[in-house]
Amino acid sequence: MSDPNRGRAAEIATYGIGYGAALALTALAFGLVSWAPFAASTTVRIVLGLGLVQIVVQFRCFLHITLRKSARHDLQLILFSALIIGLMVSGTLVVLLNLHHRMM
Amino acid sequence: MSAGDAMHPGLNLGQTDAETHARAGHDLFGFWIFLMSDAVLFALLFATYGVMLRGTAGGPGPADVYKLLTAFVETVVLLTSSFTFGMASISLKHARGIAPITAWLGVTLALGLAFLAMEYNDLATMVGDGAVPARSGFLSSFHALISLHGLHVLAGCLWIVVMLVQLCVFGRDGRVKINMLRLGLFWHFLDIVWVAIFSVVFLQGLAR
Repeated sequence: MSDPNRGRAAEIATYGIGYGAALALTALAFGLVSWAPFAASTTVRIVLGLGLVQIVVQFRCFLHITLRKSARHDLQLILFSALIIGLMVSGTLVVLLNLHHRMM
Repeated sequence: MSAGDAMHPGLNLGQTDAETHARAGHDLFGFWIFLMSDAVLFALLFATYGVMLRGTAGGPGPADVYKLLTAFVETVVLLTSSFTFGMASISLKHARGIAPITAWLGVTLALGLAFLAMEYNDLATMVGDGAVPARSGFLSSFHALISLHGLHVLAGCLWIVVMLVQLCVFGRDGRVKINMLRLGLFWHFLDIVWVAIFSVVFLQGLAR
């Protein structure tokens, strides 16, 4: 997490950078779908990648989570939750889409 | 722990209020655990949506019911509200009076309500076109996911109203500050969930 005693201007700048980056990533993702310069499957992959980047940006700039050692285990909790989510979501999708495929 | 260490996610009070800063760690870590379990809940609704995506049962599919423009406007409104809440947090930390805090919170509340109104309008249009939750597995999972997020935003809006009352009654009291830090985590978290929603649901459904 970032140093809690930076000046007010530096804190406003962090939120401003986060807002600008998130807006740019959002506009890019919607633009790709709107103008469709790539095939649909490529567009979906890029959009999901941009979404992941934007989530990291928001964690960094709005929730002030960094890779620095912090007083509490917030980052470990996020990573653990991400692991659980990854296991449960990918497990669900693999098992049920495979079943769907076999039932066809 | 000194006031130089970050104690919790979100904006830390630090030396501006070292006593509350030391107390905030415990309270906010507990709330952070709740948010992460809420994230697991949302993730499983996403998984359900992914599984149900092809289960349209002959009814309307994603490309028939989603609208790119309203999804984009809703996204920008919610993202802006996340930024204005950040400004409210900074005012809470640095400003002397409560006027700038209540002003930024008021803007955030207005944006949150605008988001809810647009989302309600979208869902009402869908229901009017026959895309009701009972129509197909795809629509059930879509409505469950979107409505749960909408209910969270509604709860956040009510919480902002409570926060405004607390600010007016108690001023910049230590407990009010901790409440406001909690609300900040909640509000930013909702925008992060929305990023996943517009990427996975709307943009994936509309990609040609």
